[in-house]
Amino acid sequence: MEAFSLLLHGFSVLLTWKTLALMMVGLVLGIFVGVLPGLGGPNGVAILLPLTFTMDPTSAIVMLSCIYWGALFGGAITSILFNIPGEAWSVATTFDGYPMAQQGRAAEALTAAFTSSFIGSFVAVLLITFLAPSIASFALRFGPPEFFAVYLLTFCSFVGLGREEKHKIVISMTFGLLLAGVGMDTVSGQLRMTFGWSELYRGINFLVAVIGLFGISEILLTMEERLALRGHTARISLGVVLKVWKELPRYWVTLLRSSAIGCWLGITPGGAIAASFMSYNLAKRFAKDKESFGKGRIEGVFAPETAAHASGTAALLPMLALGIPGSGTAAILLGGLLVWGLNPGPLLFVEHKSFVWGLIASMYLGNVVGFLLVLTTVPVFASILRVPFSAVAPMIVVSCAIGAYAIQNAMFDIWWMLLFGVVGYVFKKIGIPLAPFTLALVLGNRAEDAFRLSMIGSGGDLLVFWSNGLVGSIATLALVLLFWPLISSAIQRFRKKEG
Amino acid sequence: MASTDTEIVVEDPNAPSDDSPPVTSVRAVDVVVSLLLLTLALVLAVDNWRTGMSWDFAGPQAGYFPFYLSVILGGACIYGLVGAYRSRAETAQAFVTRDQLRRVLQVFVPTLLFCVFMQWLGLYVASFLLVGGFMWRIGRIVVWKSLLTSALFSLIMFATFEIAFNVIMPKGPVEALFGY
Repeated sequence: MEAFSLLLHGFSVLLTWKTLALMMVGLVLGIFVGVLPGLGGPNGVAILLPLTFTMDPTSAIVMLSCIYWGALFGGAITSILFNIPGEAWSVATTFDGYPMAQQGRAAEALTAAFTSSFIGSFVAVLLITFLAPSIASFALRFGPPEFFAVYLLTFCSFVGLGREEKHKIVISMTFGLLLAGVGMDTVSGQLRMTFGWSELYRGINFLVAVIGLFGISEILLTMEERLALRGHTARISLGVVLKVWKELPRYWVTLLRSSAIGCWLGITPGGAIAASFMSYNLAKRFAKDKESFGKGRIEGVFAPETAAHASGTAALLPMLALGIPGSGTAAILLGGLLVWGLNPGPLLFVEHKSFVWGLIASMYLGNVVGFLLVLTTVPVFASILRVPFSAVAPMIVVSCAIGAYAIQNAMFDIWWMLLFGVVGYVFKKIGIPLAPFTLALVLGNRAEDAFRLSMIGSGGDLLVFWSNGLVGSIATLALVLLFWPLISSAIQRFRKKEG
Repeated sequence: MASTDTEIVVEDPNAPSDDSPPVTSVRAVDVVVSLLLLTLALVLAVDNWRTGMSWDFAGPQAGYFPFYLSVILGGACIYGLVGAYRSRAETAQAFVTRDQLRRVLQVFVPTLLFCVFMQWLGLYVASFLLVGGFMWRIGRIVVWKSLLTSALFSLIMFATFEIAFNVIMPKGPVEALFGY
């Protein structure tokens, strides 16, 4: 019940006109960003981050997280009406969403998408409300070895569970970790990897890199494609909404299963993309008439949208409780916490109660308000796509530049942004994933500090990572996940032999 | 039910054509990137070795952690290179076609110029030039519409960041005329 009273406190922090106004601004900007081609959740959050630099942390995180919710809702609009997934996690939504729109059932598909997104997020927020404080208070007992083991677990699970080529994940991650280490060493104060270049002394800013990697590179990639589009418009009437809601109880198993998949893959670095596909496939597998999937079946919209939102929201759980982001966007929000002078991790729940509970309360409120907003304003947002990309592209470039410059008021960062834009473009095209890079860049220093502090504590004995049951099991799990592809293929071979 | 409500149509007259010849293959770029990263890994390994990659009285030295990371990075690059060498026979997938490259440069070159001009003209004037110029030249939108849109955009950005949110951007002679 303590969580409940703290949540009420969170709502009291939130319910001021200023915060509510920022919430609305965030949601509108977010939906805008989600609908526009070439932009999405992480890019939107990264580009709009500088707006929050002069705000107090609570208002800032409320606005940023609302941009994120908005972007998640916005992605569904283009998937259903235009067959253009705004984000990789809305690809599965197009399978049945677009056929529905073609059959003149666009309003129904959109209502289904928004409603299931809402349900997915709601389940994940409930999980955060009741689980995050316990995890955080448990993690308060963590010392440097435990923290390093958890970081190791995060990195290893990326390598072991990622769908990309393994060596490319390793390249992406080590490259990110190396760049994170450039500049002053936080333990000894010594300069490293700067080659006497004064611009490198303060290191490479994580947010500048993210703006280049996600913002600029996305513009370059979008320009490559044919930007012609043809789509449907939809106006959602109350009748349609009620009709879809009436059908909801019939799909409770799908909704529940998809929420569970989403929450699980959100907390672990599986991510929203895997969650949406997995949940779509499972819904199809358990359905009696599998053939109706892909031809405009409403369940085919419910499943991926619920999972994607549950996952996107649940990714904030490890960020809040442990300081480890579960997704690219969560990593950027974590970068924001650092800018506002907060130290992400379990202490956040103790030292900044108002901030944490304000954020959690804003997840509830932001989702309700966002849900109502998208239901009523779909036609307006769908028409954003009429704006020619030749107007949108340079405006996004300018926004990226503003974002990159504002972080440290450094002209040099603009050049970093451009460089990372090219790096992101090339990496994406040759299949080097960007999420491990982002995560490594934001967590690099913290992971290294944890490692070195553990080593100092143990006098250089690596067995410190197996010195008690807790740290030992986390470290072992990390290694198991790292070598999971080898282990699972060995198990399969063994089974075949047995068979 | 037939689709009767197709209402939003956006054309893209100078879209890259599907049969445009490839400039280079994914495999070639993959190899070049691996070689570049391998070089970087070597340079960083040497630098970290110089910084100190062993142990002293206060635990691991500053170069310890990054040294081993550069070794892993180099190893992963070599693994990729060997893989690319072995898969020589596979059909090459295009990295970028000539048309696509033209479009990418259409946005990259103006962005580069924008960054250069920003140093002297300030962000807002440079953004006016970028947005207006891009819409007019690349988007082939009527001049007055392009200029009006870009002027409005720059003004809104100025009002939002400089005045409302107090985020200070680089400014040039034009802003100075107005006392900013």
